Amino acid sequence: MPRLEEHCWSCSCSHSVKTQELSSAGWIVCKTGEMMSIITAVLRHAYGSLHSLQSANLMRRGLVLFIVGVVLALVLNLLQIQRNVTLFPEEVLDTFFSSAWWIPLCCGTAAAVVGLLYPCLDHHLGEPHKFKREWASVMRCTAVFVGINHASAKLDFANNVQLSLTLAALSLGLWWTFDRSRSGFGLGLTTAFLATLIAQLLVYNGIYQYTSPDFLYVRSWLPCIFFSGGVTVGNIGRQPGSTFVFRN
Amino acid sequence: MTVRERLRQNISAAFYRHGLLCASYPVPIILFTSASILTCCYPLLKLPLPGTGPVEFTTGVRDYSVPSHESQGNLSERPDWYRGPPVAYIQQVLVKAAVSPWDNSLVPVDVFRSPLGRVFSLLEEIRNHIYTDRSLEALCLQVTDLLPGLRRMQAVLPEHGCLLVSPGNYWQNRRDLFDADPDLLKTVHQHEPKGLHTSATLKDLLFGVPGKQTGVSLYSKKRVVTYTITIALSSYDARFVASLRARLKLLHPSANCTLREDHMVHVHFKEEIGIAELIPLVTTYIILFAYIYFSTRKIDMVKSKWGLALAAVVTVLSSLLMSVGLCTLFGLTPTLNGGEIFPYLVVVIGLENVLVLTKSVVSTPVDLEVKLRIAQGLSNESWSIMKNMATELCIILIGYFTFVPAIQEFCLFAVVGLVSDFFLQMFFFTTVLSIDIRRMELADLNRRLPAEAGMPPPKPGPLRPRETPPPPRPSPHTITLQAPAFRNLRLPKRLRVVYFLARTRLAQRIIMVGTVIWIGILVYTDPAGLRTFLAAQVSEQSPLGEAGLPPHLGVAPVFPGGDPTSTLSVLPAPEPTPLPENQSQGHRAARPGVAPVSSPQITWGPEDEELWRRLSFRHWPSLFSYYNITLAKRYISILPVIPVTLHLSPQEAIDTRHPQDTHHAPPPSIKTSDLQTDLTLYKVAALGLFAGVVLVLLLFCLYRVLCPRNYGQNGVPHGRRRRGDLPCDEYGYSPPISEISPLLLRGHSMDIECLASDGMLLASCCLAGSACEAESLLGADFREPGGVAMGGPDVDIFPIRRRTNPARPALFGDQPDLTPLIDTNFGSLPPSQTLSSSGFDFGELVEKAYQEHEPSPTLAFPPSPPASQQRRRSLGDQPVLPPELPPQSNGDWDSSVWAMELRGNLIATGRSSGKLEIYQCDLICCSYFLVSISLMKMEIVAARLNGSLDFFTVEINKPLGLLQYRGPPGRGSLPPSPCYSSEDVISCQLTRSVQCAHQKPITVLKAAAGRVVTGSQDHTVRVYRLEDSCCLFTLQGHSGGITAIYIDQTMVLASGGQDGAICVWDVLTGSRVSHVYGHRGDVTSLVCTTSCIISSGLDDLICIWDRSTGIKLYSIQQEVGCGASLGVISESLLVTGGQGCVSFWDLNYGDLLQTVYLGQSSEGQGVRQLLVLDNAAIVCDFGSELSLVYVPSVLEKLD
Repeated sequence: MPRLEEHCWSCSCSHSVKTQELSSAGWIVCKTGEMMSIITAVLRHAYGSLHSLQSANLMRRGLVLFIVGVVLALVLNLLQIQRNVTLFPEEVLDTFFSSAWWIPLCCGTAAAVVGLLYPCLDHHLGEPHKFKREWASVMRCTAVFVGINHASAKLDFANNVQLSLTLAALSLGLWWTFDRSRSGFGLGLTTAFLATLIAQLLVYNGIYQYTSPDFLYVRSWLPCIFFSGGVTVGNIGRQPGSTFVFRN
Repeated sequence: MTVRERLRQNISAAFYRHGLLCASYPVPIILFTSASILTCCYPLLKLPLPGTGPVEFTTGVRDYSVPSHESQGNLSERPDWYRGPPVAYIQQVLVKAAVSPWDNSLVPVDVFRSPLGRVFSLLEEIRNHIYTDRSLEALCLQVTDLLPGLRRMQAVLPEHGCLLVSPGNYWQNRRDLFDADPDLLKTVHQHEPKGLHTSATLKDLLFGVPGKQTGVSLYSKKRVVTYTITIALSSYDARFVASLRARLKLLHPSANCTLREDHMVHVHFKEEIGIAELIPLVTTYIILFAYIYFSTRKIDMVKSKWGLALAAVVTVLSSLLMSVGLCTLFGLTPTLNGGEIFPYLVVVIGLENVLVLTKSVVSTPVDLEVKLRIAQGLSNESWSIMKNMATELCIILIGYFTFVPAIQEFCLFAVVGLVSDFFLQMFFFTTVLSIDIRRMELADLNRRLPAEAGMPPPKPGPLRPRETPPPPRPSPHTITLQAPAFRNLRLPKRLRVVYFLARTRLAQRIIMVGTVIWIGILVYTDPAGLRTFLAAQVSEQSPLGEAGLPPHLGVAPVFPGGDPTSTLSVLPAPEPTPLPENQSQGHRAARPGVAPVSSPQITWGPEDEELWRRLSFRHWPSLFSYYNITLAKRYISILPVIPVTLHLSPQEAIDTRHPQDTHHAPPPSIKTSDLQTDLTLYKVAALGLFAGVVLVLLLFCLYRVLCPRNYGQNGVPHGRRRRGDLPCDEYGYSPPISEISPLLLRGHSMDIECLASDGMLLASCCLAGSACEAESLLGADFREPGGVAMGGPDVDIFPIRRRTNPARPALFGDQPDLTPLIDTNFGSLPPSQTLSSSGFDFGELVEKAYQEHEPSPTLAFPPSPPASQQRRRSLGDQPVLPPELPPQSNGDWDSSVWAMELRGNLIATGRSSGKLEIYQCDLICCSYFLVSISLMKMEIVAARLNGSLDFFTVEINKPLGLLQYRGPPGRGSLPPSPCYSSEDVISCQLTRSVQCAHQKPITVLKAAAGRVVTGSQDHTVRVYRLEDSCCLFTLQGHSGGITAIYIDQTMVLASGGQDGAICVWDVLTGSRVSHVYGHRGDVTSLVCTTSCIISSGLDDLICIWDRSTGIKLYSIQQEVGCGASLGVISESLLVTGGQGCVSFWDLNYGDLLQTVYLGQSSEGQGVRQLLVLDNAAIVCDFGSELSLVYVPSVLEKLD
């Protein structure tokens, strides 16, 4: 899940700045997502009338990815918030939606974009991804991803370097276990880099801040989360869209 | 390398032996495994049950000392948590105050204004109390800021100082603010949350007693105000507390108060899991279940899929339990939250091994013994299992050396879990698998007998040994439903939703569950309140009942009403076993109702001893959590309460009145207003009830509107579907009557064996060895004169004349009239004696046969009398040419046609006697015509039983001007077929012959894209180039003879063998792309689309595979004997044959789109052959008839 970084930002900034910046950042993200969807859709359209089914398929896949992104964002956000708060007196449901409304949207869009980029990239590189493409392994991958987030939120490490190194190892293990493709690795790295950059910019502009930043403005394990999120979403996106409902 | 190889061999051998062992003694091994599981889980009994309720422990006050941190020996009565000092000592001062005597000049506010006002002096007293040199400031629990989220409570709760809460906090502990407050109740209630609340409210916190008992209400009938002053002490000084108690008692004596003061209660709180914390957990569990679901769904081809899935889950779960149990046994108490790491453990351990084992075992040859199958399957996968296990152990070992306690603990658990999982897989799951497979084979045996008994008697006449419909093989692993045609009936969406609702009774259940949850929440929120409320209700509504109560049930002492001197009547706790609280409470609450004008009585009962028990169990945690102090896994000690009784004179009450107090009108009706607080409850209840009723009504209406009438009684009328009826699903829903009407083409006397078409023409031949050609486009059938077959046995292919079909003129009226078509009459001459001859003779047949067999005299024949009697021969290049039709060749007429191809107007047939048309050679099965670049040129490839291949070239010499093209071109993929008029001279030439193409008989031959692919019994597939008949590749990979091959223009090559395996090959490189096992028994046909492979097998199962990954998407169970009949109409439309019907499937989803019944009387007539024509029509055999189904509607839907 890219852009999960927002989770760790405590909401201490003023609302005016937030809305302003949010509009720009969210706008960029959304526009990129739209552009990508449009481009891919146009590409697909070029295949002709026979592929009209495929564009619908693409839409559906994008929608599924978006929903997955939103749900994961909400849940993992909650995980991160819990780290600072030990007890939940009231307003349980408030905390569930405590993140700014645009975080899940951005996460969903980013998930859709990255998830659709993966099969697209596979197609262009001419290396169809064949490794572990069952839904069971996708579920396993998602569970490991949630586990990595869980670990980043809940485990008490001696120092941050140790935490980051552990998470990096876990992310690499995730990639090796479930992906093992060059394109997946590259795209994951790109996602991690870009998302971390965006996070840095956002924090630099004061939209959010971390409780204890140790890597410029953000937490040092953030790229690992992004990397594993990218791989996970790619794994989901590579599933044959037409058979999201398998039958036996 | 050698070490590795040896290791591998050893492991494999060990697994083999182990598999033999497991399969030989299943019952003892399962017993042993169960015993070991139970043994390992035994330590779990000692673990405390999970729960979040607080636990209590009571000690005496006198000999109390702070418990030490280390556990003291075996003080068995002491719980584990009772170590170290508590978070706080809670000292409550319970104040009961009343204005007495009550007179009628007082207003309701007086009930609580002056009693509450006395709290300030009490507070002053407590704060200033000093024993020797210790004051409260030194002893009390100092608190700092409130949590940042609690700004609104800042004014009320103390900050930076002693944690001392009392009702005075509402007014910042300042008397002047209290006196200036015009509306005390408003002040108190302004902090109350609206609606249902789950945690302690501020009123509870400050008053320290449940809200109902405070008596701070305008309508209180008891007129006694109860509140507490709660002091949290950080350290316990017995003398200070005792002196405070003595002082307060001295100041405000509670005569005859016999509250016990010798016990202090320690309350331990467990870690509280909020809903917010549960959400990620629940998500993890959902993902986990999805993982298990998707994993176990891959288990296939076993007797009981559910049983094996259950076994797999049991394996994983019990391995986890075992690991926890073992860890507990060795003193590793799980500090981590077990529920939290559990999903990750399952994911780490995984179900993969189980699946791999199953797959490996079921893909072993079926004919082996069960023991050997298990052993082989195990040993095949032994290396990978061991490798995976070693890898996982290594990873976990690395994790162990991170030296992070949490990770180390997780790793420890994971190691034990992995080992125990491996143990269980090897013993438990393998044994279960062996039992399952044995059951499956038994079921096979049982089913085979009746199936064979029920077979129709073999048909007379020459049967082709290979392509005869296989005996209805039992399909043992019919995991799919028995009536597959109705399984995925495509219903309208709304109906599906309604059916779903109706089937699961979802709405009713949701309503029920909702009600239960709602009641549960109510009870859970304030159990005491609800109970007291109910009790009050009961007693209030039955004043008679109160009077009528037997005296021993009612509380005997009646208070002397109106006697001012004895207002301090004390209930001396007469019963040694106190009544249940609610009961006594109820009676006591009822008492003022009996004497409403009596003065308030202050009574002390045993229920006052531990009034805090009535509070929500979240009372203390929430109080402390406001100051960011968690009570989770810690405990507090509650000291005995200090009772304080306050009596205020009416004058005092009047003096403390606020000027506005008298403005409050007296309550209009005491009885109803007493229930004011409960009115919200009623409102919610009424609303809920109303919503429920509306929902039920709505659903009922929906049900009435949308459900068919016969819902619920569908079992009887539809239990047994008669032939010819339209299919119904289990709800009696029938799909719309198909607008597709099959067209029957009659003409054969026996079952149809071969079908061929080029899109325009259709050729068929039956068991009698006769062929029939039909104009498929027109729907007009060409009759073959059966008499010829009997009269002239040497004739194989009959001249076929088109006749217009008068029966259906309207249906095909838009088609061009093709009557001027030139009939092609060609026959073949069997020069059986000329072995090496390759002469190709297209002749004409005697016309008179028509006359004999046409049923209708209205038939119009194109006049071709000169041609009819004249037979022309094609001129072969071979010198030996049959100049004349040989008179008779006995024994040839009964050789049936094994293969037939049609291209253009040419029909090529291969006969069982080994002839390609007229050739006398041991040709076996297949011939193929191909349109080469030149339209005039055709090539024939013939494969023979002895493994040789022959390539022929057919040349047609024809006057250029006479070339005609027939009909509209198909779909653009084929060039329009040229017509060969009877004047053409057709020559056939054997160009090349590959003598030893295969070592064993060639079983299948296909050609496309300039390649000829042959499959043989020798387990290999060979690819030849058409131009020079050069063998390009020999593809090896099957472990059985090849039975099916698919190749198309895009060079996709797939092959299926007798081993049930399907291989996909790269024709350019000759490498194997994928290799899957899908069928039990031969693969009978294979079709590929751009995205998937469709295969059918002798097991009558049609499997759809993903072409790029080789993953099975789904499978369709066919009816017996119809397995091989399938065709792909478009990229996403699959058509399969069934008993008397053809079904259309959506290939992407596996949904049944439509079923077309071919005839009304289709008993036992299965569709065994199915051919898809280019113009969106399918032709299938239907007994001795041909059925043409034109499917425009389906295509429209798809496009």
